Amino acid sequence: MPINFIHPEYEVIRDFNKCIKCRVCERQCSNEVHKLDPDHNIMTADDSKCVCCHRCVSVCPTKALKIVKSDHTFKTNSNWMPETITEIYRQAESGGVLLSSMGNPKPFPVYWDKILINASQVTNPSIDPLREPMETKTFLGAKPNKIERDKDGRLINNLPPQLELTLPIMFSAMSYGSISYNAHESLARAARELGIYYNTGEGGLHEDFYQYGANTIVQVASGRFGVHKGYLDAAAAVEIKMGQGAKPGIGGHLPGTKIGSDISKTRMIPEGTDAISPAPHHDIYSIEDLRQLVYSLKEATEYKKPVIVKIAAVHNVAAIASGIARSGADIISIDGFRGGTGAAPTRIRDNVGIPIELALASVDERLRAEGIRGNVSLVIGGSVRSSTDVVKAIALGADAVYIGTAALIALGCHLCRSCHTGLCNWGIATQKAELVKRLNPEVGYTRLVNLITAWRHEITELMGCMGINSIEALKGNRLMLRGIGLNEKELEILGIKHAGE
Amino acid sequence: MFREGENENRIPSGCAISGIFSKKGERISGESIIKSISVMHDRSNGLGGGFAGYGIYPEYKDFYALHIFYDTQAAKDECEKYLERCFEIVNLSKIPIKKTRKITNEPLIWRYFVYPLPVRLADSHLDEDEYVVRRVIKINSEIKGAYVFSSGKNMGVFKAVGFPEDVGEFYRLAEYEGYSWTAHGRYPTNTPGWWGGAHPFAMLDYSIVHNGEISSYDANRRYIEMFGYKCTLLTDTEAITYIFDYLVRRMGLTIEEAASVVAAPFWSTINKKEPQEAERLKYLRNIFSSLLITGPFSILLGYTGGIMALNDRLKLRSMVVGERGDRVYMASEEAAIRVIEPDLDRIYAPKGGQPVIVKLNDDVKI
Ligand code: SF4
Ligand code: SF4
Ligand code: SF4
Repeated sequence: MPINFIHPEYEVIRDFNKCIKCRVCERQCSNEVHKLDPDHNIMTADDSKCVCCHRCVSVCPTKALKIVKSDHTFKTNSNWMPETITEIYRQAESGGVLLSSMGNPKPFPVYWDKILINASQVTNPSIDPLREPMETKTFLGAKPNKIERDKDGRLINNLPPQLELTLPIMFSAMSYGSISYNAHESLARAARELGIYYNTGEGGLHEDFYQYGANTIVQVASGRFGVHKGYLDAAAAVEIKMGQGAKPGIGGHLPGTKIGSDISKTRMIPEGTDAISPAPHHDIYSIEDLRQLVYSLKEATEYKKPVIVKIAAVHNVAAIASGIARSGADIISIDGFRGGTGAAPTRIRDNVGIPIELALASVDERLRAEGIRGNVSLVIGGSVRSSTDVVKAIALGADAVYIGTAALIALGCHLCRSCHTGLCNWGIATQKAELVKRLNPEVGYTRLVNLITAWRHEITELMGCMGINSIEALKGNRLMLRGIGLNEKELEILGIKHAGE
Repeated sequence: MFREGENENRIPSGCAISGIFSKKGERISGESIIKSISVMHDRSNGLGGGFAGYGIYPEYKDFYALHIFYDTQAAKDECEKYLERCFEIVNLSKIPIKKTRKITNEPLIWRYFVYPLPVRLADSHLDEDEYVVRRVIKINSEIKGAYVFSSGKNMGVFKAVGFPEDVGEFYRLAEYEGYSWTAHGRYPTNTPGWWGGAHPFAMLDYSIVHNGEISSYDANRRYIEMFGYKCTLLTDTEAITYIFDYLVRRMGLTIEEAASVVAAPFWSTINKKEPQEAERLKYLRNIFSSLLITGPFSILLGYTGGIMALNDRLKLRSMVVGERGDRVYMASEEAAIRVIEPDLDRIYAPKGGQPVIVKLNDDVKI
């Protein structure tokens, strides 16, 4: 056997004084880390298989377990970091592309954390959200640029189709396939309960979930999986996926091992085949092609549903968005480079695209400069982690945000970034029945509702501080933001002043 | 001199406002409005006062009356050259003033009655009003030292740095008569020395006096600037004036509809309305969502033939309305009304977000 160059990154530490050898950890770890050594009647662990998902830690009845980062070290080197070296070992062994999942973990600047929010005092009172109404209702969709009246002078409702949200947060696209049936059910039920929307991703819509159609955004991606008339009809809106923040410029790949009978039916592909969505839409090689797809979908849905175009935040995102705003799309959604994924080539995830904060600021500014901001709504995602990120996004100019990773964390995801293995111990990014059943949709949906409800409280509290009692007065209100520790250029792009100014 | 708008300075202020309106179109002397606003002396701090009068130029009622401040003779020369290129100037003169010790450092203050040069107007493919608006915005943003602070027909704005009663005396407003007057005393939290920053703020015949500090300012500003307006002063009043100009003149909303955009009813209120009315309010709130104004404000909007008083939705600023015969009085404090009309038929405080709109009687011709 060749020498294994790779030392485990994490170590499983077991307190043998506490361990009662119940073997729960062994049964619960899908990565087969734990084993009872029958000869010595002792629990052992194969650290090399551990992905640090904390499942065993959480279920161990005596709290005997913890996972620590190994302090094993390479000779110190500021250029050749341990991770870099290990990746080379890995590729030298496999000859393959490195795969990862979830969002970009690299230490790039997180602009949300360098932006501070205003509060009013003296000249302008703050508002107590417990005593005064605080409104978070949001509409997404194009707005008409003129009003019309009937012969009696009454206003005619000439609004194109709109999405109505009780607050400006939606669950972003995660396909059935990349996540489990139970995860989907949790999202769909929570969206309905909260009066918001969830997104099917590119995996089609399971027949059981048609009942949540009024709160569903269906996706049409380059693979066209699961797209048919009933699918479009079931939804509240249709999203064309042109790009994804975690892997701009490439398509998707769901391995055949995950395509069981249910998923094969939903995606409309044979069981066991790889589901590969091409990098581009092969009928869209330019903006005028996109326009045609937008209008075909509008025709198919009789102009009753808003069409969303989702793009990844890349360098010329402002110019692209400006083109899309003129393509008939009702909503543009932009996904930043820290956005999650079920599987992506590591190099792409970690190096392609730009932060959503900068993309949002420049797109919003560009659309305003061109006077077409009213043509479209802007939804952003790609690592919105908290209520303050939401508030900052709205103040920078977003109409609403998509959350994906945060929603999965609410469902129990521990960000082990191993979704691509299909062995998610938390029943989320897996299709193995015994794992899926660990996520109880009843519990999952409640946790999602709790999370968004908590964020709603925090958002209204922050609005009250700013003296704002309606979310629309926050939209694009960049004077409410100040940068901290940002250079002139960053402030210019974000369109905000520095703290103290 | 600390000029608002320069170096991105934005100056919050507290204030007093007052208005008088005759529904019969009777011509009221400027003296009454001075008297009214002077009662609220303590609500201003001598750093800005001003007035708007409607129906004050009957002999020139078909011409746009441009009131312009010039910092220098050079600015005046440049601006006049520009005016001559765009307009037929029917009459020009200094605005008569009375020198007082209380108002100092006055700029050159000129008045022009003009109409657009027909050929230039035809070439521009704009309607008259829009033609004038664009020229005004251009002068204010591009000719240094020149500032058009009034541009409507048969109306005029008079403003300065000083207490409002002194400003009224300075401009000899007792010599003007109009069917509608508004006034403003300013309490800025900084020390602007620039006359253009005083209220009212006007565009064409829409003028606003405003008490408050709006928290939605930048949301409103960034939206309205999409339509060619430039909020160079960074004041709430300027933004609010443009919002009304946009909603009423350009989008064709009624004053009432515009009021239900800027002080939109809460959703809980909308949901309680009749379905048709609820749909109308929802529609307006949705398409003009970026023009909702939050934060404390009370404003008086003057326009040809009418006046509107409006409070923010939570009524975070005071405002009372009094009536006597055909006269309607609106002010931050009751005392400012009682001092000119002690014997009122009715006095009340309008609810937050509830516009009070008063118009000339149908048979009145101005
Ligand atoms: S779950 Fe805990 S107590 Fe049970 S065998 Fe594993 S470490 Fe020991
Ligand atoms: S992979 Fe997860 S469940 Fe398995 S040992 Fe590691 S932390 Fe525990
Ligand atoms: S979804 Fe599951 S596999 Fe993916 S990061 Fe979260 S816990 Fe790990």
